[in-house]
Order: sequence, then C-alpha cells, then structure tokens
Amino acid sequence: MIRTPLRPLASVLHAREIGENPDMIERENIRVRHEQMRDRSRSRAEGRLLVLGVMFFCAFGVIGARMSALAQSEASEPRISSAGADIIAQRADIVDRRGRILATNLETHSLYAQPQQLIDRERAARALVKIFPDLDEERLIADFTGKRKFLWVKKKISPEQKQAVHDIGDPGLLFGPREMRLYPNGALAAHVLGGASFGREGVSAAEVIGVAGVEKRFDDELRDPANGGKALTLSLDLTVQAAAERVLFGGMKLMNAKGAAAILMDVHTGEIVAMVSLPDFDPNERPRPAVEGNAADNPLFNRAVQGLYELGSTFKIFTAAQALDLGLANPATMIKTAGPLKWGKFKIRDFHNYGAELTLTKVIVKSSNIGTARLAQIIGATRQQEFLRSLGFFDPTTIELTEAKGAVPLLPPNWSELSTMTISYGHGLSASPLHLAAGYAAIANGGTKVTPTLLKRSAPQHGARLMSAEAAKQARQMLRKVVTEGTASFGEVPGYAVGGKTGTADKPRENGRGYHDDKVIATFASMFPAHDPKYVLIVMLDEPVETSGPKPRRTAGWTAVPVAAEMIGRIAPLLGLRPDVEPGQLAGITLTSN
Amino acid sequence: MRSLFGVLTALAVIGLAFWAYQENYQTQRSVSKIENLQREIASARSRLMILRAEWAYLNRPDRLLDLAEINYDTLQLLPLRPDQFGKVDQVAFPPHEPLILEGSVEVSTDGVKP
Repeated sequence: MIRTPLRPLASVLHAREIGENPDMIERENIRVRHEQMRDRSRSRAEGRLLVLGVMFFCAFGVIGARMSALAQSEASEPRISSAGADIIAQRADIVDRRGRILATNLETHSLYAQPQQLIDRERAARALVKIFPDLDEERLIADFTGKRKFLWVKKKISPEQKQAVHDIGDPGLLFGPREMRLYPNGALAAHVLGGASFGREGVSAAEVIGVAGVEKRFDDELRDPANGGKALTLSLDLTVQAAAERVLFGGMKLMNAKGAAAILMDVHTGEIVAMVSLPDFDPNERPRPAVEGNAADNPLFNRAVQGLYELGSTFKIFTAAQALDLGLANPATMIKTAGPLKWGKFKIRDFHNYGAELTLTKVIVKSSNIGTARLAQIIGATRQQEFLRSLGFFDPTTIELTEAKGAVPLLPPNWSELSTMTISYGHGLSASPLHLAAGYAAIANGGTKVTPTLLKRSAPQHGARLMSAEAAKQARQMLRKVVTEGTASFGEVPGYAVGGKTGTADKPRENGRGYHDDKVIATFASMFPAHDPKYVLIVMLDEPVETSGPKPRRTAGWTAVPVAAEMIGRIAPLLGLRPDVEPGQLAGITLTSN
Repeated sequence: MRSLFGVLTALAVIGLAFWAYQENYQTQRSVSKIENLQREIASARSRLMILRAEWAYLNRPDRLLDLAEINYDTLQLLPLRPDQFGKVDQVAFPPHEPLILEGSVEVSTDGVKP
C-alpha cells in the first residue's frame, strides 16, 4: 500500500513561496485520511451488521418455520418407540381355568359402498345379492341409486366372500378392517360369556363391546390397553362344562322338561366350575331379546342366575342345620309329624303320612314338611331370617355377571309365623339356583360362608362362620342318608358318596293365584363326596315329567336326581376325583358313609 | 499458526459432519428395520391369533365327541368313567429276566476240586 505523505515536499515548498503555513497542509491531509478511515470502518461495520442480521433472520426463520410446522402437522409418536397399537388385540381373550380359549378375536372385513363411485349400480347390487343371499335386492338397488353417499352392506364378511366381492370389480365397493368376537366353542357356556357386538363404528375400525355376561361385566378390563392383552381367566373348566351341558341336555329331553339349569361349584374356593342353563344360544349369533312372551322362556334367560324359583324341600336342610347349630335338636331328636298341621285356614301336608313322630334325620330323609315346619316354629322367625340372610338368600348374588344384580330374591312382604313355617320347607321364598349352591357350599365346607365367583382363584375363601363345624357335619350326614335310604336313592354314584336333598315345588300360576297342579320345579342339591365335600352340584329341571311308569311322575327323586347322578358319574372323574372304592370291586360290598 | 487453526477447525467440522451423517443414516436404517420387524410381529401375531382361534375351534368339545364317535372302530374312545381309575398296586412289575452271560470263561478256582 502506497502511503500518501502528510507533508508532500512539493506542496510545502509551494506554500512557503506564497507565504502560507505548511502545517495547514498536514492537518488537511490528516483530516482526509481520517475521513477515509472512518468510511472504511463504517462500511465494514455495516457489512458485519448485515451478516449478523441475516444470521439472526435465518435462525429465527428456522425456529419459526419449525414451530409452525409442529403446530400444523398431526402429532405422531416417536418412531423408535412405536410398539404398534396393531400388535395388541383390541379386546383381550377369555380363557377357562386351564387356559383354553372361550372367546377370542378374529380379523375380518366389513363391506361398505359409496354409491356415487359405483360404475354399474344395478349390476353391483345383483352381484352382491348372489354372494349374500340374505340381502334384499330391491332395497339394495334403491339404496345404490338413491341419494345416499355411504352405506354399510355387511358388518362381517369372510375372506372367501371378500374375494367374491373383489371379483365384482366395482370401485364403489370398499372394505374396512374389523375385529370380530369369536366364541370357538359355540353355545358352550353361552350364558356365562354373554356376547359382544359392535359399538361405535368407523370405516377403519369398530369398537367391540360386551352386551351380556362376563363380556359386559368385565368390558372395561377387557378393553383396557394397560392390561396388555392379558386374557381373562374364568373358573370354568371347558371339559366339565361340556360334559355337564351334554348330560343336562340329555336329561332335559328324557324328562320332557322345558328348561334346565345346573351349577357345579367348588365348596372351598367358591369357583363355579360349570354353569349351564338350557335352552341356550350361540353367542356368535346372539339372538335379540324377545319383546313378547315370557322372558323366562327365552334362551337368553340364565335360569341358574336370573331364575327365581321356590326351591322346595332343598331348603329343609337349612332349617335342620340351624336347629342343630342352635342346639335345639340333635339328629336323634324326635319331632312330631302327625298331620295335617293346621295354621289358621292353612294346612301343611306331607307327601305321605309318616306317622306320629320321626327323628330329625328321618324328617330330612323322608322330607317331611310338617316336621320341618314344627322345627321352624321352635327356631322362630327372627333367627330364621338372620340365618337365611347370612347364607345370602336376601340379596342378589355378587357373581361376576351383569344379570346377577337383577335377581333379587322374592321374600314375603310380611314375615309371619306361617311364612316361617312354609319357608322352612322352601315355599314362600324364591331364590336362584346359585343362591342355593352358595347355601349348600356353606354346609359342605364345614360352616363358613362362600361367595360364588366366576374368576379363577388360587386359595380357599375363609368366610365368616355361619354354623358350627359339628352342625355342618351332622347336616352332611343327613344329606348322605337322603341318598342312601331316602328320596334321592337314584342319586347314588358308586365311589363318590353323594349327599343331597331333593326339592319338588309346584310352579306358581302366571296370574298369581295359587299353584299349577301339573307343573313343578324339580331340584336336586347335592355335594360329593359327602364325608369330605369338594363340590356342590345343583341340578334343576323346569316342568319335568317322567312317563315310564303307569302314572306320570314329577318328583325330583324321579327326574332331577337321576340326571344329577349321571352328571356326577361323568364329571367327577374329569375333575380328578378318584372314586373311593377300588375299581373292579366285588359286588355285595356296600360303600359306607362316615 | 492462525491458518493451521483454521485448517484444523475445518477438518474437525468435516469430520463431525461425516460422523453426524453416518449416525443419522444408521438411525434411519435401524428405524426402518424396527418398523419392518414390528410389521412382521404384528402379522405374526394376527396369524397366531387366527391359528389359536382355529385350534380352539377344531378342538371344541362337540367336534371331538363327534370325531370320537365316527372313529370308534379304530380309537375306541369312551367318556371317562369312575371305574377307569387304577391304583399303582395294580400295575404289574416288569418281568424279572435273569442275567444270562454267554461265552463266559471260568477263571475262578473256587470250588474246583484239585
């Protein structure tokens, strides 16, 4: 860089000649130089400011662009942790106590149409009717050619049907994925499972919601994604349930009954191992609730839980057990049975005349109404109510079915002494077979309360004590004698020491006036093995009649008991119960109960 | 000195940029691999669910009973009855076969008369 001198010699000499101060030249030059320096530094600073401004602009621009992008775009999960929602099923499975599937999901497709995209509407409609014969062709054509922009054609279609619809080749026919609930065992345990249907529906997905039974009761748990698709384990045993249903169905047909119910319950854990109500239905195609006729005759009606019946003589053992527990009687106490027992206008009669008096054991074995009523008179209304309440006969059962809440036992509005007497032998109080099972389980397990449950449990329930262990044991011995020498003689199953009590109750007339003469509810409440009960089995037949004899027989001893015996013979081995007698034992050796 | 620093900085920037790209591409590769795997898992699970449903359907008690009846001639299956329980005492011990040695050579002098 050539430096301009501050005092150029030529200018200085010239200035001296004309008499000017040469310092002025220097000062002028310094000024010019300073001005140049200032301009340079200014332009540099301006450039830097510009660069800085551009950088800030870019930085803020990037931030602003990112913010607006974040604000406007759809939120999405971080890609790394996308443990896909499509991996876990929408609704958890239901399995039996050994993990066999009772209800699961199946991926299918739904078929919907967007008529404005259909090319040949009438041809499409005709082709669809060929694939799905249940569709109405005229209605479909009307829907397709009308103003509708969207319509569901089928909620669930199989892969073959989907291919057939594909082959129609119309772009207006579209498919949406669907998860459908499948009950692979068909009607098995239908009343327990209930059923499921679609809730809110969209094109790409549909909610599956439970409509009855455990499906509805555990709807939230089954659909909760936090459970991670963990299956709901019921206490039912698929094999036992199937055998019980088969035997009960056969028994129902054989005894010409119009309905039947059976409950098998573990007396220690309260688990329901099998619960059958006939007639049943297929939960895959759950029928609509009937709007007319008697609701109790509908297949959807769960007789075991919802049905409230006067359970007849099966109640007698509760009266006897309470008398034993209170120390009012022992099994050998003599009780007057001379009849008829008159109470005001009302007369209590026995099926046969049992003479003047019987022991308490014989009262139960022979099923004497008079004897039980006299015992109830001694016990009194208050204590009887307390005892029945503690057994659970006053409240709906807490079993895990939505229907259970509605089954409130029917009690007499005014618990008079006559009510006490009739209820002692099972008339005047209507309860469900499940109530009865819970009551018998309390006697069977040594006198403690058991709450029936449909969920698998690992440990026995230790409920409140309802009666002394001694009273429960004596009651069990009476029940055993009912089978060995009493009304339930057909109930003997070699090796399983069945104990139980029959109950035959006339059905009340629908108009509420009195009882039918020829329609009964026959019940057999049993426990096995009687000396160390593991299970309680209730078998109930609705309007059975046994016609092999000269006169039609309707008593439980001829109808419900043989069915129950056959059932115990079938299901006890399945439950892993070994018969007490050795196989292939010689005839003539009789099994003794303890 | 200053120019060396500049060169080193530039090299460092290039190196870091290379590393960052490398990591970025690796991440993208891993993510797409995970996505593929999850798709596979999802389809495997749905297949599994269908198979489990089919297994349950084919093993439904009604069908098994019908099959047992149809194939009674060959299988002779009957429902389990109480008299089919046995005891361990009823199972015979396996027959005791004496140990037979063949081609033995007598080497003992015990009992041999001189």
